[in-house]
Parts: sequence; structure tokens; C-alpha cells
Amino acid sequence: MSSRFLGISAYVWIAIVVGVVVLIGIPLSTDKFTTFEFANVAVYVIALMGLNLLTGYSGQISLGNGAFMAIGGYTTALTAYHLKHSFGIDSPAILYASIPLAALLAGLFGFLFGFPALRLSGIYLALATFALALSIPPIIDIDKLEFILQGHSGVNLHPLHPPDFLALSDEQWLYFVNCAIAGLMFVLAWNLVRSTTGRAFMAVRDSETAAVASGVSLSYYKTLAFGISAAYSGIAGSLLAISVAYVNPDVFGLQLSLALLVAAVIGGLGFEFGPLIGGLFFVWLPYWSEQVSKLHVGTFQLPSKPDVFYGVLLVVIIFFAPSGFMGVIMRGIGVYRARRAAARGEKIVIAPTAGVLEEESIGEEPSEISN
Amino acid sequence: MYLVTLTDFLQQVVSGIASGGVYASLALALVLIYRAMDVANFAQGEMAMFSTFISYTLITSFNLPFYVVFPVTIAIAFAGGVVIERIMIRPFEGKSVITLVVVTLALFYLTNGMAGLIFGYILKSFPSPFSSAPISFGGIFVTVQDVGVLGVCLVILGLVYVFFRFTKVGLAMRAAALYPESSRLVGVRVSWMLALGWGLASAVGATAGMMIAPITFLDPYFMQPILLFAFAAAVLGGIESPLGAVIGGLTVGVLLALVGSYLPAGQNLRLPFALVIIVAVLLFRPAGFLGQATVRRV
Repeated sequence: MSSRFLGISAYVWIAIVVGVVVLIGIPLSTDKFTTFEFANVAVYVIALMGLNLLTGYSGQISLGNGAFMAIGGYTTALTAYHLKHSFGIDSPAILYASIPLAALLAGLFGFLFGFPALRLSGIYLALATFALALSIPPIIDIDKLEFILQGHSGVNLHPLHPPDFLALSDEQWLYFVNCAIAGLMFVLAWNLVRSTTGRAFMAVRDSETAAVASGVSLSYYKTLAFGISAAYSGIAGSLLAISVAYVNPDVFGLQLSLALLVAAVIGGLGFEFGPLIGGLFFVWLPYWSEQVSKLHVGTFQLPSKPDVFYGVLLVVIIFFAPSGFMGVIMRGIGVYRARRAAARGEKIVIAPTAGVLEEESIGEEPSEISN
Repeated sequence: MYLVTLTDFLQQVVSGIASGGVYASLALALVLIYRAMDVANFAQGEMAMFSTFISYTLITSFNLPFYVVFPVTIAIAFAGGVVIERIMIRPFEGKSVITLVVVTLALFYLTNGMAGLIFGYILKSFPSPFSSAPISFGGIFVTVQDVGVLGVCLVILGLVYVFFRFTKVGLAMRAAALYPESSRLVGVRVSWMLALGWGLASAVGATAGMMIAPITFLDPYFMQPILLFAFAAAVLGGIESPLGAVIGGLTVGVLLALVGSYLPAGQNLRLPFALVIIVAVLLFRPAGFLGQATVRRV
């Protein structure tokens, strides 16, 4: 089975075909609710790709990416709201057009936040981003800014409708729009991590000292990673606003930011496909936990909120599979390849998988150098 | 727009100092763990929240008086902290920052979720051990509650100081945090010192929770903003300095009270102001008030 087509092995072709069939099959074969939830999966996959680029690839912890999503979501919501109420312009085209604007504004904000973050690393960066996550909702909530930001009541948007010539439901259309954008962002991320920039990110992650010694500008790549991550989050926030057709400050609270990091860890930090698995968990875990809570065992009732499950899953992951689901899958593929090679009497060297939470903390500075 | 009178100003300062005592306690808890293992415990607030719920249950379900509940809760919190360190933290001693942050995040979710499961999400009012009767000091009104909260926090902080300064275990814990290798050589059980550190931090945090709960109401999320204020306090004081945490806590308490009452939309700006403190300190004086600038050798 070493036949290759266009330089891609048969296995990968099969995976691609199956992937595309599943992607198109989901909205055509499931009910409206499920389709809508999968449309949301696409949104969170985009958000998680942003977080993965920042934390997984450039090694900067963020507990505050929900704040960047807030910028994106509010860009879309407020653009639509104010154009409608101040200028009487009310068209679904505004929603689509606001997506790149959301990416731009969130990206700019992230880039600017990246400057103070430059001086912070490790635990301080975690603190600052944690503070950012807690700070955005009360700012949106300020009474005196209600004429701009609409305060606690939030902003309602028109739900997205498919164009007339397509016989699709609203949910199906939303699904395809979100998936198309997620696909585009995935290709961009895929190429980015294989470019000079991506390699510089990883160099910064693995050892700042070594990166600087090799001529990688820390300040440039760290702020750039923040900017790109925020731009991804901004798009996700914008699509979230469009999907739910409503935003308010509570949507983008601390819970969102922390859940993003949890989902990124579960999926696998530093893997291209980690966000896909993380996104599925992000959307479906709360749903499952709600289903499970309907089961009673005597008077004992399982939790309806996903928090306990998040906690348990996180513990299992960090104990047994620090590189998340993708880490397990990649290790499986590696073992399989090695066995096959051994059966052919060859010896192959498996490149170590990029684990950010791996047992051996990679990128540790040498603690002592004798002189 | 705002008429600032001196009495009014002093009034705010005084009530700020009282809540500052609470921030100082939680900040001290954070500093204790930071010194021991170089990690900010993101679950510190949730652990305090859980302890506070335990004390709430003891008070409301068992009708115990507060002066019994307080030490019992602190003992439970201490034991809980030790157990948590042994089970969840120990396997990750010495791991990378990001791993430890994720571990404390897991703890955050477990504690928060368990609290919701056991105690529910309905907002509860926590019975205050102190009356809210005002006492007047030359025109400035201070409630018994404020004085009591500050007093309890200062006593606890003093006890922690005495413990570290004058007891052998305290000395061993300091040694274990500063020079783990050397301490091991002279017979200090470093790993157990970390567990004690977690127990102590948890107990101090529980104090903060029980002191602030009568003011803020009690639900599984009530400590999250307090945790941020405590982080700001710890960073401001120098994240490795216990005394710094106390000074930082009182300073943050006063600043937040002033921001809350004198800035337009001040109540909404309290959390963002904590962000500003953290970022500003780290940019201009990363060591805080009392920390030592670190020199990294590569």
C-alpha cells in the first residue's frame, strides 16, 4: 500500500474522502438541533485553532482567549445593530462582511495585548490572561456605554438564511458557512505551522534562549502569535454571534476562556487536528452531561453542568495522556508504522510527537552551566 | 460630578482596608504555594469557596456557633489541602508551568463542579459572625464587621508568620521551598513540606472565604473575582514575598474601594483595574514591592 497519488499516500486519501463524506453527511442526515450543534463545533474549532497556535505552537499560555472572541462577537453584533438603528441599513450581507472586520479588530487587540505579554512568561502570562478573561464582561456591562455596547441586555441579530436557490434549512446553511470558514482557517493554520513563521513559533516554545541564539526575534514572533490567535478567536466570536443570533457579556465570561483551554488540552496541544477533537468535546460534553444528569441512581443524581466531567477528563488526560487525544492517536500511528517497518525488516526512526504537556517538559532551560 | 469630602474619602479607605485583609489572606495562600512550587494556584479561590460552603453547612444544618465552626472549617480545609497535594499535585512536582497550570485548572473544575453538585447554585446569604453596627471614629463610621474581618485576617496572617519564623516545621518548610536539594540532605522531607504548604494555604484561603462570604453572598462562583484581586495583590507585593502579599492585599483593597466609588462606572471597573495593576506591575516593576528581581542564567 505504498501507492501514492499527487504525493499523498492512499491512507491519507481515504481519510480525506471519509472526512469530506462525513462533513457533508452530518447536516443532511441529522435533525435541526444536531446540525446546529455541529455548526457550533465548527465555530469552536476555529477558536481552538487560534488557542492552539498560541499555546500549542508558540508555547504562550492563554486563559483569556474568550476575551478575543468577545471583541469579534461584539464587532459583528454592534456593526449590524448600529448600521440598522443609525442608518437604517439592514441586510444579512452586513453579517458576512463583518467577519473579516471582527478578525481584524480582534487581531489588532491581541497584537496590542501581546506587547505587555512580551515581558511576561509562564505563570505571569497565565495571570495576565486570566485577568483579561475576567475584565472584558464588566467593561461591556458599563451603564454609561450602553448607547454603544448595549449593556447587559445584549444585542439581537437576524438569524442567517440560506440563499433562495438552495433548498437548505437555516441550520444546514449555517453549518456549511461555518464549516467553509473553519476549513479555510484550517488550511491557513496548516500552512502557517509549516512556514518559517510556524517554525519560529515552535523554536520560541521549545527554548527561548536557543531561538534567540538562532536569530529568531522573540518580540516579533510572540506578539505575532498573539495577534494571529486573537484574529482566529475574533472570527470564532463573530460566527458565534451570527449562529446564536444574540450576544451578551455573559457569553464571553471566564467560563468560556477556561473551557477553551480545557478543550485544547483534551484535543491535544500542538497538533493540527487537536482543535477538531477539542471542538467536538467543547460542544457535546455539556450536552452529554445534561443527558446523563437525567439518570437517577436512587437519590444520587449526576451533575448537569459539565464542570465535574471537565475536571475528571483533565485529570485523566494529564495523568495518562498529556498530549491529549491527538497525542494518543499519533502515538498509535507511530507504533503501527514501526511494526510494519519491522515486519519488512527495515528500521525507521519515528519523529517524536510535539507534546506541550508531555512528561518531559520540553524547552526547559538548562538549570546550571558550569563555567 | 462627585463631591469628594475628606470624611467620605477616609470612609472608603477604611472599608477598603477591611476587604484588603481578605485579599491579603488569599494572596498569602497563593504566595505560600508559589514559593513552594513556582505555580500560581488557579484553584485557590475555589478551594476557599468549598471550605466556605462546609462552614455554611455546619452553621445552618448543625446549628453550630461560629466560634466552633471557624476552627473546625480551618482544620478541614487544612486536611483537604494536604490530601489534594498528595493525590493531585505530587505526581506533577517539578513539571513545566503549563502542565501545573492545567493541573490547577483541573482542580478548579473539580472543586467548582463538586460544590455545585453538593451545595447547589442558588445564591445563599452567609450569616455574619459580626454585627454590622457602625462605630464612629471621629466622624468616620466603621462597622464592627469591617473591624472584625480585618482583625481575624491579621491574626491569621500573624499566626502564619509566627509559625514560619519560630517553629521547626516552619523553618523546614522555608528551607524546602528555597533549597529543596540541600534540605533533603539535612533530612527535611521536602515533599511532605509541600503538602503542608498546600494545607496551610488552603486553611488561610478558607479564612478569606469565611470572612468575605457575609459581604458577597455565597455561590460556587463567588470567589472568582476575589481570586483575581488576590492575584493582583500577590503580584503587587512581589509574588514570592508573604509580607508583600499582606501589603499588596491592603493596597489593592484600598485602591479598589476608591476605584469603585470615585470613578464613573467604578463598580464595573474593579476587575479591569486588577488587570491594570497586574500588567502595570509586571511591566514597570516585575518584582513588586518586596520581591527580588530575578536574574536568569542561561
